[in-house]
Amino acid sequence: MTALLALLAVLLHVALMLVAAPILAGLLRRAQARLMGRIGPPVFQPVRDLVRLARKQPVLAENATWLFRVAPLAHFTAVAAAAALVPSFTLGMTTAPLSDLLVVAGLFALARCVLALAAMDIGTAFGGLGASREMTFGSFAEPAMLLVVLTLALLAGTTNLDAIATLLREGSVGLRVSLGLALVAILAVAIAENARVPVDNPATHLELTMVHEAMTLEYSGRHLALLESAAWLKLLVWLTLIGTVFAPFAIGAADAPLGWLSGIAAWAAIVLLLAGALALFESSIAKMRVFRVPEFLGIAVLLGLLAAIFLFVSQGFI
Amino acid sequence: MLTLAQSLLPGVVEQALPIGLPGRPMLLALDGVATVFLLILFTLGTAAAVTACATPPQATARALPCFIGAMSLALLAADGFTLLLGFEAMSLASFVLVLTHPSEDTARAAKLYLGVALLAGACLVGAMALLGALPGGLDLRFAAIRAHPPEGLRAAAILALVLVGGGAKAGLVPLHVWLPPAHAAAPGHVSALMSGAMTKVALYVMLRLLLDLCGPAQPLWWGVPLIVAGAASAVLGGVRANLEPDLKSTLACSTIEHVGFIAIGLGLALCARAADLSSLAALALGGALLHAMAHGGFKGLLFLVAGAVQHETGTKLFSGLGGLIHRMPVTTAAALVGAASLAALPLTAGFAGEWTLFQAALGAPRIGGLWFQTLICVVVALMALAAGLAAAASVRLIGIAFLGRPRMPRTAAAYEVGRFARAGMIGLAAVILVLGLVPGAFLSLAAPALRALASADAPVRDFGLTVAPQAASPGYAAPAIALLLAVIAAAAFWLIRRHTAQGHRTGPAWDGGFGAAPVWLPFGDPLTQSSAASFAQPLRRILATTLLGVQEDVDMPREADPRPARITVTQYDPAERLLFAPVGRAREWLSDRADRLQFLTIRRSLMVMVTVLILFLAAIALAEQL
Repeated sequence: MTALLALLAVLLHVALMLVAAPILAGLLRRAQARLMGRIGPPVFQPVRDLVRLARKQPVLAENATWLFRVAPLAHFTAVAAAAALVPSFTLGMTTAPLSDLLVVAGLFALARCVLALAAMDIGTAFGGLGASREMTFGSFAEPAMLLVVLTLALLAGTTNLDAIATLLREGSVGLRVSLGLALVAILAVAIAENARVPVDNPATHLELTMVHEAMTLEYSGRHLALLESAAWLKLLVWLTLIGTVFAPFAIGAADAPLGWLSGIAAWAAIVLLLAGALALFESSIAKMRVFRVPEFLGIAVLLGLLAAIFLFVSQGFI
Repeated sequence: MLTLAQSLLPGVVEQALPIGLPGRPMLLALDGVATVFLLILFTLGTAAAVTACATPPQATARALPCFIGAMSLALLAADGFTLLLGFEAMSLASFVLVLTHPSEDTARAAKLYLGVALLAGACLVGAMALLGALPGGLDLRFAAIRAHPPEGLRAAAILALVLVGGGAKAGLVPLHVWLPPAHAAAPGHVSALMSGAMTKVALYVMLRLLLDLCGPAQPLWWGVPLIVAGAASAVLGGVRANLEPDLKSTLACSTIEHVGFIAIGLGLALCARAADLSSLAALALGGALLHAMAHGGFKGLLFLVAGAVQHETGTKLFSGLGGLIHRMPVTTAAALVGAASLAALPLTAGFAGEWTLFQAALGAPRIGGLWFQTLICVVVALMALAAGLAAAASVRLIGIAFLGRPRMPRTAAAYEVGRFARAGMIGLAAVILVLGLVPGAFLSLAAPALRALASADAPVRDFGLTVAPQAASPGYAAPAIALLLAVIAAAAFWLIRRHTAQGHRTGPAWDGGFGAAPVWLPFGDPLTQSSAASFAQPLRRILATTLLGVQEDVDMPREADPRPARITVTQYDPAERLLFAPVGRAREWLSDRADRLQFLTIRRSLMVMVTVLILFLAAIALAEQL
């Protein structure tokens, strides 16, 4: 029975993630438009976009290969697998033993590499430009991410996300300066990984300033629909990841279906709160030059380093 | 698999050969550590030999078997003399192989390589002599050395000599300068063996001498030099792999990076064993051995791919390649498998090795005090940076050489390689795919080595399906993650089939609104796509200006001058500038001085001889007094 409930929780979790991702994107756009004094598109506009793209036949460049056609599916699969591994409203799902933080980071790297390769397949100038910048940012985001993982692994003794969340939910760790520093570091990583302002501008129409968009310029139809929904899903996964690790208070257990309701409410509240903060942050800051991004991520690395060292000093950690 | 390995290895059997030093026969033994490395060597050796069938027989036919035999001898040795004999024969055979296609560049690469190999040999002879200086006189048998492990100052001297000797041969910073030119100069299947197996033999020598023969009772700081050199190699190799202008030296620089990863694992194992954390030591050592297997496989595969590309297109420079996916589909598929592993993407061999090494590093703060913990934090960050750089380098490698449009007419007309070369690549690709999917089974193969050196079992659970750092932790279950990915991909595929418009149309690339290429450029203008240099530009500006002293000189033509603008990039490896160049100058100076001895008068040369004799006798007298 418990195993069945755990499996049911996974299915519900993935379904909720897939449904919530485009709506979150719509909400974010709407909120940003309001902050800038515009009315903005309807909340369900991303869903409509997906339907529109699904109806259209894709146009491929003449020298596109199988890699270009397979890449959107591979990219989406990697992001969706990461979504299945990051717990949202309940712990102890069937996927819990697999939800290793390094594996989740690896799945995002897989998604990034597949898209960068697809961008270079046709041999256009902007594709190579976007791929080069994306891989550069990726290599600077990785150290900050790993230092956050180090801090969490020191506290929990494992890199398993489910076990970390269980431990932090029990509150035995308490409030710590290290966790605060790690939170700031992982927020910076999340901004860079999701191609948000100030690292990249998801709403830009000028190719020269694009990073993520430059890689998808040649895509259309169902391929573009997959890539767009993967990007929205990725943002939701990151917000969920941050919520699960740093605010796991209301998450239920997989064998208590009644607890799921409060878990879903808490998850929605956390994600909306983070998305609201993101909208405010993005509206109040300008995109930075490409060569300033490593400084931005370098600060995240330093904060991650401080978080770990603070832990050693405060705990006499042996 | 574990039981299979055990049934094959009933115990360590020593076999004496009827040859050797006077009164001391050469000894051979096959133990758990040697098994792992022999496995790497023979897998790669088979693939290289199959590939060599396609190349002209006279090119490498004599030296290649000698090379593989010498490496086997070094791995099987059970006494110092046999080990050194195998090691030196390996250096000599590979020197001959580097010179397969003689030219000015290969000659320079081979000369530098020979110099470093001599240095490595000299240091290892010294280390072996110090190890064998037992109370009962010089005894080089491993069993005798194990009974009297070195201590104090003698042990520290051995550590320094092994670090220099083994590190130079493995390509650890700062003695890595020879590696990119030498590995790039040799034919593809030889580079595969050099990068995949020979660096591993050097690591094996370090492992054998430091972890095995020096015994477990060494202080904690012993692992630190290895960890520091490993982290420096990982980052420097990763940065350089993003900047090299040709396929093979990119792969060679990435070898420096992965050797760094393995050295970090060895260093962590040394430290953990000194702190009596045997399960952590087994995790670190297991990670190092697993990554050695993975790297041997995927780097060998990628060098075979590079050899195939060079054979078919006549160039290894990125500026001449591009679009090979259209013309060489099998080679491209093999390259994708290898590059995914190089980038350490999940479910690949490289990920399994690096995951285990990261787990060891994340557990390492338990070992020591605050200084050690801070070091580990920095090392974790550097390892992550190196992993990210490796991903960037492998995207660059595939994207520039195999995707996009061809940059030269000959590349556009390349053909798929012959069946022998294809067989070598497909075989190795299959091996590393299996290694990526069930890393635990391969880690179980290292179990006898881990029990012998770390006195703990392999960090494996569920019949080798899960790699688990601790008994209670969930770990990394690659087959389950593969299943998850397959289910999601199948569901997504089915949904797309059901609910979206099928088929596709083709048209000219959108390319941000660029017009179609003119008729005299049937493949489009190859210069309007990213080049290897422009792909690397962000990383070059951000990291390499300080690290490698990169300077970009732009030659901008004046107005109304139709000549194109040119950018010249110069870079120096820090080790080349700070270490190798001064040593070269010192050698010049010394040989200049020594040259004068030839032209002395008889009176003076007699005086020199007598002075040397007196000094020699005085030294002996002094040694007797001590």
